[in-house]
Amino acid sequence: MSQTVDAIQGPIRNQVLLSRYAESIVWLARYMERIENLARVLDVTESFTRTSQVENGWRSIVQINADEERYYSTRNEADVHGVAEFYVLDNENPNSISSIIAVARENARALRPLISTEMWTHINMFHNWVRQLTSRDIRPSQLSALCSRLKQECQTHNGITEGTFYRDQGYHFYNIGKYLERGDQTTRLVDIKYHTLLPRDAGIGSQVDISQWSAVLRAAAAYHAYRRVMPRSLTPTQVAGFLLLNNAFPRSLVLTLRQVFWALTQLRTDYGLRRAGAALEHMDELRAALGDQTIEQIIVRGLHEFLDWVQLQLQSIQNDVAEAFWTLPVTPAEPARC
Amino acid sequence: MSARTETDAAEHGLFAGYGEQAFFCEIMRAADPDEPTIRLIRDRLRGMDVNELRRRAAAAEAELYNLGITFTVYSDRDAIDRILPFDLIPRVLTAGEWDVIERGVVQRVTAINQFLWDIYHEQRILADGVIPRELVLGNANFRPEMMGLDVPLGVYVHVNGTDIVRDENGRFLVLEDNARTPSGVSYVIENRHMMLRVLPDLVAGIGIRPVEEYGVRLQQALADLAPAGVTDPQVVLLSPGIYNAAYYEHVFLAREMGVPLVEGRDLVVENHRVFMRTIAGPRPVHSIYRRLNDDFLDPDVFRPDSRLGVRGLVEAWRRGNVAIANAVGTGVADDKAIYAYMPRIIRYYLDQEPILDNVETNICREPEGLRYTLDNLERLVVKPVGESGGYGLIIGPHASRAELTDFRSKLQADPANYISQPVINLSTAPTLCEDGVEARHVDLRPFAVTGASTWVLPGGLSRVALKKGSLVVNSSQGGGSKDTWVLA
Repeated sequence: MSQTVDAIQGPIRNQVLLSRYAESIVWLARYMERIENLARVLDVTESFTRTSQVENGWRSIVQINADEERYYSTRNEADVHGVAEFYVLDNENPNSISSIIAVARENARALRPLISTEMWTHINMFHNWVRQLTSRDIRPSQLSALCSRLKQECQTHNGITEGTFYRDQGYHFYNIGKYLERGDQTTRLVDIKYHTLLPRDAGIGSQVDISQWSAVLRAAAAYHAYRRVMPRSLTPTQVAGFLLLNNAFPRSLVLTLRQVFWALTQLRTDYGLRRAGAALEHMDELRAALGDQTIEQIIVRGLHEFLDWVQLQLQSIQNDVAEAFWTLPVTPAEPARC
Repeated sequence: MSARTETDAAEHGLFAGYGEQAFFCEIMRAADPDEPTIRLIRDRLRGMDVNELRRRAAAAEAELYNLGITFTVYSDRDAIDRILPFDLIPRVLTAGEWDVIERGVVQRVTAINQFLWDIYHEQRILADGVIPRELVLGNANFRPEMMGLDVPLGVYVHVNGTDIVRDENGRFLVLEDNARTPSGVSYVIENRHMMLRVLPDLVAGIGIRPVEEYGVRLQQALADLAPAGVTDPQVVLLSPGIYNAAYYEHVFLAREMGVPLVEGRDLVVENHRVFMRTIAGPRPVHSIYRRLNDDFLDPDVFRPDSRLGVRGLVEAWRRGNVAIANAVGTGVADDKAIYAYMPRIIRYYLDQEPILDNVETNICREPEGLRYTLDNLERLVVKPVGESGGYGLIIGPHASRAELTDFRSKLQADPANYISQPVINLSTAPTLCEDGVEARHVDLRPFAVTGASTWVLPGGLSRVALKKGSLVVNSSQGGGSKDTWVLA
């Protein structure tokens, strides 16, 4: 065995990453991010519905996740009890936190040879904790505390990953998954809230309107950041603009796209993976479309249509990555170096 | 009887209620009470509080669970993660005892490899009449596909587990060879880690042979096998995947070796060369540690319905483009029928007396073996050779008169199908049980790694039958494990 100084010093260009691992990493990252976003939305809806008599916020969660069909097949009403059970405990619902953590853990198990022991141990314990939750834990009086814990576990995961995950190709795939998911979740939040909350009769700037929009900001942990940028006004347009286009807020669409772009660029340049090209071209298109327009222009042209298009683009980028790195058949044309 | 210097009267402390044993006790050592390190360990144990020990055992169990050092049991609706119960009280081997085991295991593995080479090439041992021809060629684990295939370095069994027990006199006896894909080595290393974390006060200052080296040794052995001319061979571990009961061990070994854990679907054979699918395209693979049974390895050669294996793998191996460890067809060497001949196999190839004895085995296909078995049926265990898992055997002391009569006629009708052995009173070790520390039976599985040479991991897996009086140490039947200390 030749173990050169080069090998000790860093990620070697030709060190291999199994395609299957790359796929699992992307999904692991996506699932952990998805749990955090679900917890955020549940939490903020709980506190929002507790303090207001307006529109049923619980229904919008079902809409965000496009789960209407599945939800209403077993339940009549979208209330706190039904929605919390559906999204936290229900093992029949693939989009519940209980189901998501189970597949996340399955991916983590497949990745055990690659990820750090601390990452694995935490996911395993997180999983074991979620799987023992019962209906007692999602009572309205407990829900906020539960969501806090869920968020915290996801953040712990992020911290452990930051602190222990080896920085090679695998790490870039992790970030591709994480930020694609985060960007997608942000567009969903803006989309649904924009249309549920769009004033019909009441004038912009009414009390209800503002509290609903600050709830949206809080769901994305953006309230304080928004206030720093816009201390004197809070309008639906500005909130949507902030969540989509702000280039410093860690959950904004623009910023998550920048992270995906960076990860893909690293794969192409540092690791010579020219197959990243297709996804990067897609990224360019998407980022150009975002850079060219103000939020006002986007709204005039149709926010919902725009967000739909963004979600499709994010899906295409995921597909590009999959095609480039794990669904492509092995071709004998590749040089067989022995 | 020699005097027990530390205690004149009944036992006390942790060992209160731990009476005189009818069996050889690995810690009490009535036979050699003057081994000073064992006495020190015994004194430290005696000074421990049983409730404190229980607290630490609970902490260890929680940690194993959190770390996911588990095997998964699947039922219709659910998947339940189980840990292999870990008993905190170590099993201790002296340097002298280990020396015998180590030399005995190396000798046995060497003989097994020569035997396998011979039966898959010239078959001299059959021609010389040392082993009946049909016992080998008619064996379900004999693989005709292996005839004439020249395995690298002449090694078939790269990883071997030898199941060893001790009788009431403390004599080591080989109960079984495991030459296919023996498992359990991950527990040896994890148990040590756990021991150091949970009982540092017991370990302090005692020289124990380390077990850390296993991954490096295995990686080196696998690299030794790589095709000539490959300077930096790519080693991989081939696993059936996350649903396999031993998946934890596969992960553990892949990590210890720093090699990818691959599944069949990650590998592809092109032009009789093996590649793995990576994000940068196919990459050559030179040496495969497979934890997949022969049957599933290559649908072209074995089970055509296998989706766990790799099409074309065996042909790539035959052409010397890749190494596979363990080789295909090693099961014929650890078969019960062949086991009985192992002392003769050792003498035949090595011209040496076996260092480790077999459990005395009567071969009923031979007239004197049959006569002895029939004369002593009520005192013997009689086993059919083709079966595994304890099917079709009779334990004389536990059988009724009618059962014995019935079995006698079966045996006489087909003596070649049977071997017989005396009932072995396995040694015991103090074990934390419901009612305190009690004696439980143990065995030992040392692991030998063979590349250019054979290396034996100091110690091995000590399995313990947690049920009172039970001689069955298997994890599927209420067995647990202990850390095994080889004194330096």
